[in-house]
Amino acid sequence: MKARCYDAAMGTALEQTLIVMPAYNESHSVARVVTETRETLPGVTVLVVDDGSSDATSTLAREAGAVVVTVPFNLGVGGAMRVGFRYALEHGYQAVVQIDADGQHDPRTVQALLDGLDTHDIVIAARFAGEGSYVMRGPRRWASWVLAKAISRTARARLTDTTSGFRASGPRAIALFARDYPAEYLGDTIESLVIACRAGLTATQVPTAMRGRAGGVPSQGPLKAALYLARATLALMFAYARPKSRAPQTSEVSS
Amino acid sequence: MNVRAYVFGITAALFVLVMVIYLLRRRRLRERHAVWWMFAGLLALIVGVFPDSLEHAARAVGIELPINLVFFVSITLLFLVSLQHSAELTKLESRTRDLAETIALLELKVRDLTEQRAEESSEDEQSEPDETLGTDDGTGR
Repeated sequence: MKARCYDAAMGTALEQTLIVMPAYNESHSVARVVTETRETLPGVTVLVVDDGSSDATSTLAREAGAVVVTVPFNLGVGGAMRVGFRYALEHGYQAVVQIDADGQHDPRTVQALLDGLDTHDIVIAARFAGEGSYVMRGPRRWASWVLAKAISRTARARLTDTTSGFRASGPRAIALFARDYPAEYLGDTIESLVIACRAGLTATQVPTAMRGRAGGVPSQGPLKAALYLARATLALMFAYARPKSRAPQTSEVSS
Repeated sequence: MNVRAYVFGITAALFVLVMVIYLLRRRRLRERHAVWWMFAGLLALIVGVFPDSLEHAARAVGIELPINLVFFVSITLLFLVSLQHSAELTKLESRTRDLAETIALLELKVRDLTEQRAEESSEDEQSEPDETLGTDDGTGR
């Protein structure tokens, strides 16, 4: 609670915000996304975590003005994000916002996410909360419905888009995730939420519109969707089966 | 049972034990992994030397065909070892991940420090810009 009072007093300024961008072979879009993010959010630090790319992702991101961390081999989004949380913890950032390097996430939503951090530990940019035209059907839609119901219960808040990778984390969430952030498939979205909520952190969502990806098409097709449903359910079950992780003691921040 | 089968059983069990002890002595097998294989080798040796013990044991647990006890124990043992290996693998993977993350962060820190130092040294030698080029980003100082 004390950490939150501190936040409210200081305001989660953009200077204290770290944008973490996991990037795996995203050389076609990373420079543009970094530039756009830095222009939209003046003063913000962009940390690109190059997740073992074999292309020029690192160089291009650095030239575009991002701080670049290069992971020696591919760890997946979860591993890349934990690098970001560890960096944020080490350098005293008050907020971490995860943005995809493929340009799906609109940096103009970040301010709304940061405002949400004044009252909550985690703020998710939800894709179907009114804005935009993001539609899912079939098993993929059932999967996200089941996930939303289950996680909303744990979080004691209405969350409709639990697999969104566009989210902001406050100081308590940063401290927790720097230590415990799953690297498994879907772990970075579903399981991380379950971990946080079971540790007593609060979560909320703000609506956002999704933009088209700069490259590649989202995986569709009924078979893939069914597989996704199965894996998502399994990921959720494992997340609940694990012992609760305790919220880290946020020490009083005295400036 | 003929003598040849008797000798074959004992030889096979001894071979397993010798292999395990050899690897242990060469430190190519850690004790906690070797324990299971030692146990299997010893069981095989006991059954090889005293075939009657197998029949007694089978009768004790209510198994009609003694060979089924051999299968049961073998499969159980292999299952447990395999499970242990999965657990070890998980531990190793998570340690590898920790190391990779730490290395990545350290690399960034080293890069920052090197650049900082290069800047400082080029400031020092502002009066002699030719020298700055010659010393190659200052790391050679």
